[in-house]
Amino acid sequence: MSLIRKSAAELGALLGAGEVSAVEVAQAHLDRVAEIDGKVHAFLHVAAESALAQARAIDERRAKGERLGPLAGVPIAHKDVFTTSDMPTTAGSKILQGWRPPYDATVTRRLREAGLVILGKTNLDEFAMGSSTENSAFGPTRNPWDLTRVPGGSSGGSSAAVAAYAAPLSTGTDTGGSIRQPAAVTGIVGMKPTYGGSSRYGLIAFASSLDTPGPFARNVLDAALLHEAFSGHDPMDSTSIDAPVPGVVEAAKRADIAGLRVGVVREFDSEGFQAGVVARFHETVELLESLGAKVVELSCPSFTTALPAYYLIAPSECSSNLARFDAMRYGLRVGDDGERSAEEVMAMTRAAGFGPEVKRRIMLGTYALSSGYYDAYYGQAQKVRTLIARDFEAAFHQVDVLISPTTPTTAFPIGERVDDPMAMYLADLCTIPANLAGNAAISIPCGLADEDGLPVGLQIMAPVLGDDRCYRVGAALETALESRWGGPLLSKAPAL
Amino acid sequence: MSAITRDEVAHLARLSRLALSDDELDHYAAQLDAIIVAVAKVSEVAAEDVPPSSHALPITNVYRPDQVRPSLTPQQALSGAPAVEDDRFRVPRILGEEA
Repeated sequence: MSLIRKSAAELGALLGAGEVSAVEVAQAHLDRVAEIDGKVHAFLHVAAESALAQARAIDERRAKGERLGPLAGVPIAHKDVFTTSDMPTTAGSKILQGWRPPYDATVTRRLREAGLVILGKTNLDEFAMGSSTENSAFGPTRNPWDLTRVPGGSSGGSSAAVAAYAAPLSTGTDTGGSIRQPAAVTGIVGMKPTYGGSSRYGLIAFASSLDTPGPFARNVLDAALLHEAFSGHDPMDSTSIDAPVPGVVEAAKRADIAGLRVGVVREFDSEGFQAGVVARFHETVELLESLGAKVVELSCPSFTTALPAYYLIAPSECSSNLARFDAMRYGLRVGDDGERSAEEVMAMTRAAGFGPEVKRRIMLGTYALSSGYYDAYYGQAQKVRTLIARDFEAAFHQVDVLISPTTPTTAFPIGERVDDPMAMYLADLCTIPANLAGNAAISIPCGLADEDGLPVGLQIMAPVLGDDRCYRVGAALETALESRWGGPLLSKAPAL
Repeated sequence: MSAITRDEVAHLARLSRLALSDDELDHYAAQLDAIIVAVAKVSEVAAEDVPPSSHALPITNVYRPDQVRPSLTPQQALSGAPAVEDDRFRVPRILGEEA
């Protein structure tokens, strides 16, 4: 089997045993990027030279007998919203084109320290706002399953890179579903950790009370290994949880769910969903029962207002966070002719530097926060947020995990929703509640829809700091599903 | 009846420091109207006695020890600046002609 088809855990073992060098592994992936990225456009920046230098350094340390971590020498691609001191960071926006951050994000730094080799930075919806990667200022990413379809978003470059075997692992951020939805529509695993479980330091902010860094991988164990490698308390992030990281790797290896209580969220069971998504979801419910889980249906009534609440809360926070792009200290500056005022230059720069979705959300947030509307919109949305957290709390008295389809449909065609914001927002219908309440949630592949042959994702939601449950259930299902399919779902993807 | 007028959108654009063209204002006015109508669904929830949540974690006022640590050098801090003069950010005029 070629190196690019191997899992991160397998690569780590081969590297540890000295059967392959980190340089060979990095080169194999860089070759793959060169082969496919003209079609997929997963990357905004490929760091070939620095990747090979990092790999050489790992090989030298290993040759000296240094003890290295389980992922040392394994390649990774970072969503271009994590700052990297040695490469550009754009957030998919013209306003940051060419910017080189003076520091590393905590996620980037910790993964460097763990010896992962950075292949480059991946494409995203501008400032992580979107569900298709079409909002990138640098052109869309394409779904490796069908190049006419979106790879999801906002972390669509990261999902496409892993699904196309250009990287075994990648990072993403999930504010309303931006890891789970792209994972679902590209047939891979994507995890949103508990809010505060992974550091936001050095992550370009979109909505600070929701933004959560997390892993992408082609299997559940690899996602857990990456999750463990960058998680844990960070004094540089005041909302970082000062508690031990849940035992996610152990849970992914245990993969036993006999006696586990599983709740099916009634509000997300079928109405308005694509038939093929519903069919695979119901089959997976039956599979869970056959594996010994006790499945019950239960209601979380407030989940039906999660989407509108999110599209008030997230834009409100974004309108405040993106005020920092003022054309004064870094990034683009337009119209500074020596005559115009700072305020005029600021407004011209922001109009030229931000794309349509970012402008929409800034104005929507400004509206929701303005006096006279605050109580009816932002204030009311915050109350709905409380009700959603209460629904989760009540549900987790009865069950250990909740499940739903990750998305209402499979990957949609590029261009289909780009001028219809509300249709685009519906892609996040099932993923948003976990962001509003801060819960852990994962998406794993659960089959292909009959009508279009495209991947369907299953979402497994767990309580705050119950991240290990997502991996335990995900791994058990993965084993059972892959034995049914005769291999990983991704092996059914057409050759690029 | 629309939820938001074009004049209100023009006002929002000014508050947001976005110099939008007339065409853009027309375009966003229609889209924002559709979005506001959809998100107004939150007002149908009976929540008079529900406390608001701004955040998912029950934490407030997190402090770190007050210790001197290395920070960015002036050169690093200015490395991405659009214009620099005498080790400082150079900005367009901030006061009006009449000031």
